[in-house]
Amino acid sequence: MATIFDIPSSNTSAFPVPKYDIPDMDALPAELLSTDEVLPDVAEIEAVRHYTNLSRMNYSVDTQMYPLGSCTMKYNPKLNERVASLDGFANLHPLTQPANAQGALALMWELASSLAEITGMKEFTLAPAAGAHGELTGVMIIKKYFEEKGEKRRVILIPDSAHGTNPASVAMCGFEVREIPSRSDGDVDINALASALDENVAAMMLTNPNTLGLFDRGVLDISKLLHSKGALFYADGANLNAVMGMAKMRDMGFDLMHINLHKTFSTPHGGGGPGSGPVGVRDDLVKYLPVPVVMKDGEKYRLEYDRPSSIGRVHSFYGNFLVCVRAYAYLKRLGATGIRTTAETAVLNANYLRARLKNAYNCPVDRICMHEFVLNDKGLPNGLTTNDVAKRILDYGFHAPTVYFPLHVPGAIMIEPTETESKQTLDAFADAMLAIRTECSENPGMVHDAPHTLPVKKVDAVLAARKPVLIWKK
Amino acid sequence: MDYTALSDIDREEMLKAIGVRSVDELFSDIPEEIRLKEKLHLPGGISDIEVEQALRKLAGNNIVAKSFAGAGVYRHYIPAVVDDIARRGEFFTAYTPYQPEVSQGTLTAIFEYQTMIARLTGCDIANASMYDGATAMAEAILMALRGKNGGNVILSETIHPHYREVALTYMRAAGIEVRACGFRDGITDVSKLNTLIDDATAAVVVQSPNFFGLIENVTSFSDIAHKKNAKLIQVITEPLSLGLLKRPGVLGADIACGEAQSFGNPVGFGGPLLGFLAAKEEFVRKIPGRLVGKSVDERGKDAYVLTLQTREQHIRRERATSNICSNEGLCALRAVVYLSLLGNNIRTLAQLNHALAAYLKHRLEEKGFAAPFAGHFFNEFVVCVHDIEKVCERLRGEGYELGILLEPYYPALRDCVLVCATEMNSPDEIDALIAALEGVM
Repeated sequence: MATIFDIPSSNTSAFPVPKYDIPDMDALPAELLSTDEVLPDVAEIEAVRHYTNLSRMNYSVDTQMYPLGSCTMKYNPKLNERVASLDGFANLHPLTQPANAQGALALMWELASSLAEITGMKEFTLAPAAGAHGELTGVMIIKKYFEEKGEKRRVILIPDSAHGTNPASVAMCGFEVREIPSRSDGDVDINALASALDENVAAMMLTNPNTLGLFDRGVLDISKLLHSKGALFYADGANLNAVMGMAKMRDMGFDLMHINLHKTFSTPHGGGGPGSGPVGVRDDLVKYLPVPVVMKDGEKYRLEYDRPSSIGRVHSFYGNFLVCVRAYAYLKRLGATGIRTTAETAVLNANYLRARLKNAYNCPVDRICMHEFVLNDKGLPNGLTTNDVAKRILDYGFHAPTVYFPLHVPGAIMIEPTETESKQTLDAFADAMLAIRTECSENPGMVHDAPHTLPVKKVDAVLAARKPVLIWKK
Repeated sequence: MDYTALSDIDREEMLKAIGVRSVDELFSDIPEEIRLKEKLHLPGGISDIEVEQALRKLAGNNIVAKSFAGAGVYRHYIPAVVDDIARRGEFFTAYTPYQPEVSQGTLTAIFEYQTMIARLTGCDIANASMYDGATAMAEAILMALRGKNGGNVILSETIHPHYREVALTYMRAAGIEVRACGFRDGITDVSKLNTLIDDATAAVVVQSPNFFGLIENVTSFSDIAHKKNAKLIQVITEPLSLGLLKRPGVLGADIACGEAQSFGNPVGFGGPLLGFLAAKEEFVRKIPGRLVGKSVDERGKDAYVLTLQTREQHIRRERATSNICSNEGLCALRAVVYLSLLGNNIRTLAQLNHALAAYLKHRLEEKGFAAPFAGHFFNEFVVCVHDIEKVCERLRGEGYELGILLEPYYPALRDCVLVCATEMNSPDEIDALIAALEGVM
């Protein structure tokens, strides 16, 4: 792949700098200055073509179905991009006086209130910049809660089905992870939980619906068990899309949680970010939220810093504000009814695909699912694997599902269609998956050697890791 | 008003295929007692026209002044090409490039970004981005501590106050001791650093240009740190300074980190920003976050892929180098497009920023402002004048934001304001500010 550094150098600058007639009143001594030139010099049209052509090598939601399980790759409304670029938002300095930022603070306050209504939590902070950042903030809150109670609890329980960010966030706060197994029906093994639970346990983190796309039917019992030992119950809200408007996380017994605005609330994933991971808590945990907190006094909004029990600051400023603007616009358009229809349709779409595929591929847990479901490669003929199927589906013009996750299902193929796909697209995807299953039996080489139609063939990941080349060299 | 795409007939056919009579049945795993019986207490959905009107009204309730404020985010010109490329759905509606064969666009762009950041900072490697400058610094400290048993870290008090707050939040949770090193004449006090550092010190962190805009003597700190086997971390909040000043790697920094919002991203009320993290080769398996590596496909053609993933949370779980997963990919794309357009004109642009700031400082001094610090600065500086709060407030009435008051962060710096000039503040605008100042002082 040609990089920008491979384009021949141009003498004309693509970014002319104004020439103002002012003297330099503070000439910097030479020993402070660098002398080397390190950036490429290309003409504007060369840069435009290079990046436009690069973009064309990507699959994306705008160009095809992207059923990446656990990532909720729904349509990202264009209107949200327009409003996020309004001058009053995009060019507002974060340290401007609150009097000059009343619109921005009102938006943050209203978005946080809406998230509280959707989840049943008391208050939300919008400061975390991503889901994992939200988890970290949540675990810090858990730590602070027990510190203030004078209890030294060192363990956090995490099911084997959890996202890797859960144990990683826990470790960053000095807690130990104790893993809880899932039962064969996909729910948390409540007996194993009961025996792992003692006074040393600070909390349990649970994704519900879980990463198999199943609503944990024991959630109320888990909550009772944890609370009987004084432990907190944390919800990883990655899969909120399935239950918003249908049930509230607080009613399930969760004490605090994070939300991924870039999943449930349609803000674009941007090829890896920016996301936004607001954290919501029950009443008595509000005092631990990170500073600053947006407050409303009458009709005026302000930022409050004086919060003695707060865990402190977690972001340079107030989080990914322009992402919040997009989520706010999305929620405005949906309204209460649209939120519920969204969840219903996400679940309907997933179950429809599941019904169409479960006889062709092994379905480790055969239950009505929520917004996503998991198949695997058990029983595929000719030694073909999940990875082969994932690469072959790319040839059919679909992004691959999430593969080899969750970890407790060997060879997992995790499919999340989201609510924004039409029946026609769902059918086209199902037909492609079924055709690949036939190819597995009748033309295994075609599947094994996939992809065939893309700018590159299978990329050698082993070589990349063995001899890392992380920057361009001539 | 949702964004679903099914007709009523579709829904019926799909329910039949699933083998249930109603959508409600699909939710039967949710215990009856917690199923919502009534609608959420939120307004009903509205049309696009109404959404846009509502958002325009909110945006209109913010006042974007003619601004000389920096302090961690900087208003720079953003070429139209940057917006245009970043708005391409192929980039902004893609996910993290897990499937390299359909993500070469994103992967190539990140590889270029890593290269540009590494070169600008004089480091060997850079990752695909962090959330923002403050968390990049916190993670840089954790990286320097990795593999050590305990240890302390020394933070200069000339580092952006918010960055130090975030570091304290992270270090408190991780149980790591933080020592604060004071300053003299606006510059980190070397003699204090000598008394604070000991054999347990894992890292010394300085910002240059520092929070006051001043250029620190990074080499003297790296010499002291290295003598004690500690790592030197250089933080940068205004990366345009790298167009002009000596590179952190050349000055002896082991890790360079901070904020790269200046490269093609708007200030956006403080987010999304663009944390960057670069380091010497020795950190290649310790660095947090995504890394893109160059490889080949089955036919031997160059191709890019996420690499060294065994450092990361989805493989290593609680033993990962960090929990970071989503980063600021689209902001990094904006940065790489911006830097491609700017090219080596970055020096000219950086020089212009410096010259405008020096001119502004000179004009303010003519009007009776005092400059408490004597050192060289890049595009930000501190000045003081009696009753600064009133002066700033009156200027706001004239449509100008002079800068950031320092007293809330440094109680000793009464009547001081941190002022910044970029290419967005033309000499005419500076002269107009000075004229407005005459009316309010």
